[in-house]
Amino acid sequence: MKRMHWIASFAVLVMALVLAAAPLLEKPALAGPPTAAINIDNFSFTPTTITVKAGTQITWTNKDDIPHTVVAEDNSFKSKVLDTDEQFTMTASKPGTYTYYCSIHPKMTGKLVVE
Amino acid sequence: MPEQNDRNVILHDHNHDGVDRRGFLKCMAWAGAGALCVVQGGVLKSYALDDPFMMHKAAKSDLSFVQISDSHMGFNKAANPDVVATMKIAIDKINAMPAAPEFILHTGDITHLSKPSEFDTVDQLLKSARAKEVFFVPGEHDMLEDNGQQYRERYGKNAKGEGWYSFDKKGVHFIGLVNVLNLKAGGMGSLGAEQLEWLEDDVRHLSKSTPIVVFAHIPLWTIYPDWGWGTEDSAQALSYLKHFGSVTVLNGHIHQTMQKVEGNITFHTATSTAFPQPHPGAAPSPGPMKVPADQLRSLLGVTDVNYVRKRHALALIDSTLE
Repeated sequence: MKRMHWIASFAVLVMALVLAAAPLLEKPALAGPPTAAINIDNFSFTPTTITVKAGTQITWTNKDDIPHTVVAEDNSFKSKVLDTDEQFTMTASKPGTYTYYCSIHPKMTGKLVVE
Repeated sequence: MPEQNDRNVILHDHNHDGVDRRGFLKCMAWAGAGALCVVQGGVLKSYALDDPFMMHKAAKSDLSFVQISDSHMGFNKAANPDVVATMKIAIDKINAMPAAPEFILHTGDITHLSKPSEFDTVDQLLKSARAKEVFFVPGEHDMLEDNGQQYRERYGKNAKGEGWYSFDKKGVHFIGLVNVLNLKAGGMGSLGAEQLEWLEDDVRHLSKSTPIVVFAHIPLWTIYPDWGWGTEDSAQALSYLKHFGSVTVLNGHIHQTMQKVEGNITFHTATSTAFPQPHPGAAPSPGPMKVPADQLRSLLGVTDVNYVRKRHALALIDSTLE
């Protein structure tokens, strides 16, 4: 019985700590658009297909040792050349399905669905 | 279309030109250590680089030039933090050849990011080469952001269209092609209708016995489509060349040596002077391959090409930077 009591006390203590820490773990309460991230790694876009709400801010990050680009097939968006660790951010405003690719390595393709 | 598999892109002989899979492998195996691959009448033979008889023959050729490729000036990642040093070694290698080559062909990816300073560094380094004349074709890394405007201002003043051109040296007709622009999503390298038209016209006046050397950055034969290692409309280009007795196609882009003979056409890709890339399908992506520092030079190199008049063949010698 004494042991059970001890476990219960410990559980209460842990919960109290978690609750106390919770505000620190929450995202900053800045009012901003929803965001999405796409990694460029091993000559591919990950995730290859992404679906976002209109107004979402999307950031591509090049994790490769080789430069890449992000270019919509219909040319509605186009990044500059992204060297290692460089990013391209844009806001997906117009709903639709966009196929995009790396204009340097066109075998690399991805799909962006804006709802 | 010849047979192809993921592991090994050496192809079977469907052209009855006497070159079988085993023959290629033999030559390939020697390429890393420095081999002389001679194609005569469609038959491929390989000799070690230190074979004095063959080296003597090479020294006595009518035309000798060197191919270098993929210097990627500006690259500084783990696969090779010092691409200046390795390019210097490549030039030293060229300068140490028994006979000075007539000129140098650079098959693209001169720079890593198309920066003016990167082009300047390469130009500066090439000044120390014994062969003073250098002919370029662009790689995709040389035409970033500006669709090749800077490249053409530097190297393509007399070129046509997006930078293609031809010239003659000692009876050999050289054709430099651009296959790194206007690439379509999901596709490979591309020559485009305008360039194909020009090519057809360029070779029309040549006699069928004229030896032809075509050089372009991305391979003009399909090596590995999954990595874009091929050119969408290369078959059309090659159809204009199939009536000629001797055609040699020199490419870069894949940072490793590969050879194939198809009928009268010999295809060859050169190593990079900067960093190696994996064999087709041997890694998740074609990105720079990190190897132990003491192995790097064995995977980089230069290609010496020799033409002996009346032999109808160009001899290709790949040597590493070791």
